[in-house]
Amino acid sequence: MANNRQTAVRSKKRVSGNNLLLLITIVLFIVMYAAGCIVYSAKGFTHFQTFLNILITNAGLICVACGMTCVMLTGGIDISVGSLIAMDCMILADGMTNKHWGAIQLVIFVMIVGVVWGSAQGFLVAYMNIQPFIVTMAGMFFGRGMTAVINTEQVSITQDVNKLFYGWANAKIKLPEFLGYMGKKHRIAPFIRPSVILALLVVVLIFFILRYTKFGRVLYAVGGNETSAAMMGLNVRKTKLCAYILSSVLCSFGGILYCLNTMTGSVQQAKGFEMDAIAAAVIGGTLLTGGVGNVIGTLFGVLITGTINSLVMTNGKLLSSWANIMTAALLCIFILLQAIFAYIKKRRES
Amino acid sequence: MKETWSKLRKQPLFMPILMLILVLLINLFKDPGFFSIAVKNGVLYGRLIDVLNRGSEIAILAVGQTLVIAVSAGTDISVGSVMALAASGGCMVLAGYGNTSVTGIVAPIAVGVIVGLLFGLGSGCINGLMVSKLKIQPMVATLIFFTAARAIGLLLCNNQIIYIRYEPYKYLGNFLPHVPIPTPILVTILIIIIAQLVLKRTSLEMYIQSVGINNRASRICGINSDMICFICYAICGLCAGAAGMIASSRIYSADSNNIGLNYEMYSILAVALGGNSLAGGKFNMAGSIVGAYTIQAIMTTLLALGVSTDQSPVFMAILVILIVVIQSPVFKKWMEERRVRRAEAGKEAA
Repeated sequence: MANNRQTAVRSKKRVSGNNLLLLITIVLFIVMYAAGCIVYSAKGFTHFQTFLNILITNAGLICVACGMTCVMLTGGIDISVGSLIAMDCMILADGMTNKHWGAIQLVIFVMIVGVVWGSAQGFLVAYMNIQPFIVTMAGMFFGRGMTAVINTEQVSITQDVNKLFYGWANAKIKLPEFLGYMGKKHRIAPFIRPSVILALLVVVLIFFILRYTKFGRVLYAVGGNETSAAMMGLNVRKTKLCAYILSSVLCSFGGILYCLNTMTGSVQQAKGFEMDAIAAAVIGGTLLTGGVGNVIGTLFGVLITGTINSLVMTNGKLLSSWANIMTAALLCIFILLQAIFAYIKKRRES
Repeated sequence: MKETWSKLRKQPLFMPILMLILVLLINLFKDPGFFSIAVKNGVLYGRLIDVLNRGSEIAILAVGQTLVIAVSAGTDISVGSVMALAASGGCMVLAGYGNTSVTGIVAPIAVGVIVGLLFGLGSGCINGLMVSKLKIQPMVATLIFFTAARAIGLLLCNNQIIYIRYEPYKYLGNFLPHVPIPTPILVTILIIIIAQLVLKRTSLEMYIQSVGINNRASRICGINSDMICFICYAICGLCAGAAGMIASSRIYSADSNNIGLNYEMYSILAVALGGNSLAGGKFNMAGSIVGAYTIQAIMTTLLALGVSTDQSPVFMAILVILIVVIQSPVFKKWMEERRVRRAEAGKEAA
């Protein structure tokens, strides 16, 4: 909330309320992870590698959730991300397997698809004044349908198909050995994939954009109050368009990272991904009404949902649908908290 | 002639019915057999009957969705998932928890159906509470059930598909003995009649429109606007429950992953096709129902043309975008300006 620097004194209450949400998120993550460590210590939950695995599996989600945060800051929403990821994965998988295109060309193509996708959605939202939800819901259907148009079967990327892409997916970056755990004979060094580093770079980049660039500040202003932003002479429409383009580009990038993790393309892929991204952003303290939010919170939101999934998986006996229910319950709690904070703020003001 | 035409064009049902006729015309050229209705094995048989039959769920959902959109200018995106939840709940009661395939039932069918309806009503009530009392954006509040309902349904079914191979259970979704008309059509007619009676015989319709047009003004006039909003969401949930039970009876099973998939989109689309504004306020229930059958006609046509079910969302998405763009004030204004310019040009020429 750096644009409040000038008005820091007046908006102190609001800032503290928003920081509280972020604080709750971080504390919740630590408590949840610690509980997991205590309950499932025998199943290897305490290993540092478990934590890194959460990052590896969710590298794509981190990028997507960052883009989602930017859109939600303007007061919009983008529920087409899951379908866009499925389409990206299918383009990559089908392009490599059946059309024998190079990995680099396909990655560039996927990014271009992201830009076009975002421009189309952003244009409809910003310049045609259509509700973001309806536009992106149509996008969601379009993406899922296009995935089926490209190929209705499940396509896997194997080593024979594209050595370069396979190499990217299986590159390991070893961390110092003392962080690892004792194997049978010697310490096993923990590792991460390059995708994690790319995803974290995206988080840092978006953090700086939101905090220190003009575009980032305008995003907050538009989300806070569109009318006053317009009266200040800010270009509301252009900002919204850019937010949607940014979201779709980050989503395409996340789709590539996701594909590196799964190495397949199929119609049913990444279903409900939009929900995970929205949940992560909301749990991380982004207000659905816009104007308040932070990618650091979003990162922790992703980690929380990742931890839930990891806990359910480590347990082994619980049905996988429990992870969905837990995420929805958390989402519910955080939405209620937001409503309560908004109510308190309103009462204080009046 | 011109006068009647312009009068006809101003009818609220003109556009929806025109679209339905257009869709049916495509079939007339492609395959005239589309319109043949025959009696086979004592029941009606034909593509038109199929459209009416398969469109039942969408029509029932459209009844609820129309009210929700009218009252809150937001959409209930949980209806599809709630359908799955209601089906799972009802089948769980009928089959007994943990059984996957039964030939007899442990509770009377009426109890199962009522339990299914109650699950729908309950979800609708929770959605209604969040929207009306806690003032959460409708799409976000229903997003929680959008994720959670299917997962809860899976839990109720012990993560399996329950089959009820019991003849009377199939009546609801197929045919009653000695009745040539498919039962879903009869149920839909019944629900529409009840809805019309409730809306027209009480002042509910006027209240809903009043709250939708201006929430605050209605409250000042003495209407309990929160209550009206809550009732609409509850009705929508109940409709979703009814649609879920029909969908479940059709396939005499509870498949929580696939029942009602994408139906939230279809129901919203039906309302939009019916000429209702997605910004709330005045509504036209008959239009929504015509819209629902139009969607089913489109889907049946696509299927008859050989487009796979996976690919048909592409056409749906394009249709949605076209409809909302045509409905949007920006587009209307642009058209108006064009018309004025043309008229002026015509005058100058004369």
